[in-house]
Amino acid sequence: MLKHVKAYFNQQNSAAPLAVFRIGFGLMMLISIIRFWSYGWIEKLYLDPKFHFSYYGFEWIKPIGDWTYLIFILCGLSALCVALGLKYRLAIILFFLSFTYIELMDKTTYLNHYYFISLVSFLMIFLPASAFYSIDTLFKKKQYLLIPQWTIDSIKLLLALVYFYAGLAKLNSDWLFKAMPLKIWLPSKYGLPFIGGNLMQQEWFHFAMSWSGMLYDLFIPFLLLYKRTRIFAFALVVFFHVFTRVLFPIGMFPYIMIIGSLVFFDPKVHHKIIRSIQKFLKLFSIKPKPIATGTFKYPNPKIIISGLAVFFVIQMLLPFRYVLYPSELFWREEGYRFSWRVMLMEKRGYANFKVVNPEENTYFYVDNTDFLSSFQEKQMSTQPDFILEYAHFLGEQFKAQGHEPIEIYVESYVALNGRKSQPFIDPDVDLLKQYESFQPKSWILPLNDDIKGL
Amino acid sequence: MIKRTFLALFTGVIFMFSCSSDDTSGGTDNQTDNFDRSAMLVNWADNIIIPVYEDLNSKLEILAAEKEVFIAEPTPTNLFSLRTAWQDAYKVWQYAEMFNVGMAENINYIFQMNVYPTNVQDIQNNIESQDYDLSSVNNNDAVGFPALDYMLYGVGSTETEVVDFYTTSASADKRKIYLSDLTDRMQSLTQTVLEDWKNGYRDTFVSSTDNTATGSINLVVNDFIYYYEKGFRANKFGIPAGVFSQNPLPDRVEAYYTYDFSKVLALEAMTAVQDFFNGRAYQSGSDGRSLADYLNSINGSEDLSTSITSQYAAARTKINTLNDSFAEQVNTNNVAMTETFDSIQLAVVLLKVDMLQALDISVDYVDADGD
Repeated sequence: MLKHVKAYFNQQNSAAPLAVFRIGFGLMMLISIIRFWSYGWIEKLYLDPKFHFSYYGFEWIKPIGDWTYLIFILCGLSALCVALGLKYRLAIILFFLSFTYIELMDKTTYLNHYYFISLVSFLMIFLPASAFYSIDTLFKKKQYLLIPQWTIDSIKLLLALVYFYAGLAKLNSDWLFKAMPLKIWLPSKYGLPFIGGNLMQQEWFHFAMSWSGMLYDLFIPFLLLYKRTRIFAFALVVFFHVFTRVLFPIGMFPYIMIIGSLVFFDPKVHHKIIRSIQKFLKLFSIKPKPIATGTFKYPNPKIIISGLAVFFVIQMLLPFRYVLYPSELFWREEGYRFSWRVMLMEKRGYANFKVVNPEENTYFYVDNTDFLSSFQEKQMSTQPDFILEYAHFLGEQFKAQGHEPIEIYVESYVALNGRKSQPFIDPDVDLLKQYESFQPKSWILPLNDDIKGL
Repeated sequence: MIKRTFLALFTGVIFMFSCSSDDTSGGTDNQTDNFDRSAMLVNWADNIIIPVYEDLNSKLEILAAEKEVFIAEPTPTNLFSLRTAWQDAYKVWQYAEMFNVGMAENINYIFQMNVYPTNVQDIQNNIESQDYDLSSVNNNDAVGFPALDYMLYGVGSTETEVVDFYTTSASADKRKIYLSDLTDRMQSLTQTVLEDWKNGYRDTFVSSTDNTATGSINLVVNDFIYYYEKGFRANKFGIPAGVFSQNPLPDRVEAYYTYDFSKVLALEAMTAVQDFFNGRAYQSGSDGRSLADYLNSINGSEDLSTSITSQYAAARTKINTLNDSFAEQVNTNNVAMTETFDSIQLAVVLLKVDMLQALDISVDYVDADGD
């Protein structure tokens, strides 16, 4: 057994798949950043709001005024350098840091695929992705045709984890037996040409989409791994992601996953891709130069491998941390993020904050639009950690205005996956006396229903 | 082998799509999208929105005419007619305030018609300087119905005092000009909005049925909820009752200077909300395609429209118990006022959470990516 493991970690393979992945990833990230900027989202999401929701432990990460643009410039430039393989190690470290900083500035914008990008870029810091077909090789006058097989496999493993865990998360009664939330989302796409008025309205279609989505997520990694089903699987990947892109506003994510899935193919395919890039560059009279070749070896492979092993074990365990909390996960959302739970919930809420002076027995309500953007208010009203953080922010605000003594309560209602709205947070708990922690939040009222499953 | 499985699957998918589009021609399947959104938009436009603007416009024309009579001859009798015309128009306005789409949105119509409390200082400065741009955002609280409320009721405590305001003072002429400009502007703004609806926007509006951020249903439903929560619930009840401040603010009621008119307006507004939800025609009172019907067409949301309707009825019952003057109500028994607010509030949850979930209408205007 140990022999096999050792043999595996000594196995070498062509460096082309990782080089193609690096180029694809870098370019997609550059496009993402440009797109984000051009839509005016930097202002709307990070500069305009007066208040930002922080991740527990990362309260010190905030937008830094107009300097925030600089972070995006840094992020975009480092993505470009990653694609070019120019100062690769520095570039990928800067990309990981700047991108992660952007994501940590406000958890309102949390998306699983942003988290995925942070993880991939973190992993890539330790991979020889610039060993082949990069500008670095021109400067060093040395390139490596072979790299350890596991470095390519680690990317595959991360992709497989994302899909497989997304599939596991779909094994619940709402998704499989109520076709929720697709039953709400699909009929509302009545405006789609050809299929909007009929197919999208069929209950059987909602179930078919739920079940095939679940099966797709669970099995696609294996179909991609197995050579005989690979082309078929890739066709599925393209179809699935393009179809979801048509249905839902999911930005760049589908394209990133399609490009990412190429890593499962044989090096032959990647050499072909590189050849076509070379052909394209020839149009601009950029010709490949002959460079000496060698075999890439890590100076300290054991440290890197065991470090990444820990990384992957954490990745496998983290999505299950919800078992440490009381049910219902979808309702309480303790352990919901960072777990590849994608598109599982239609959740809407309403939170009315009440500022009380206990001595004079007077109170007033808060107009949330005074402090939050509509996007922030929407996210806040369905997530307990947002509600708590906002209550403390309100406490500071009103204390500064001289309102003391002060207590803050919330009257809130949430509707989940087609259920009727019901009270969400205990309206009799002074939120200023509650603090964020990893402990279960005792002041969340229970959901009057069971959602069975993983 | 691979090619064959791929081909088989591909044809399978194509087959599935083509089959299902044929299904609907049978007409037996009740799961097809059988709610006629276009008919709902036509009902909103032709039977509610345009008739409301038409009525408002004609009431404002009468108001402008009465204003001319009053300016020519400021007497208590003419003041009485002018006040009546203002009250009639203000009541109709309650049906128009919720529609902030098309030209109304472009020209900031609502904010030039009913921002209160009106700013007496700004009005006086405008009158004295005679140099004002009534369309300026800075003057939003010095124009419209609330400014006329002050000009017709607030400038004196008796009718004679009000008439004196336009006759005896050295500034009398300036005051008449401001009164005249205010009134004319309300009428011309309304005319602009109405004409836009009649000359093309109506067709654009009823044909935009898609569930997108700019689709007519999304725009109007968002406006409707925003109005119910802000223009109706907060402005008419919550703010004067002090639910958003440390103390009650009785001088923030609508038509503060008219004194006994705030309840009349609030009841008109309540009717406007109920009628819109039920698709009731403004003129004939007959029911057409409505939000209630839309909810009823969705599996599992049938009883939601009933809950909303009965919550409206409960709120109306509460409003009926209030004093004709909300300022008086706040001063004497504010608990009744806050209880009314709470009753109105319960429908906000049904509209904003349950209804928007059922219709899958997005509320966030920041068009960010989802997962």
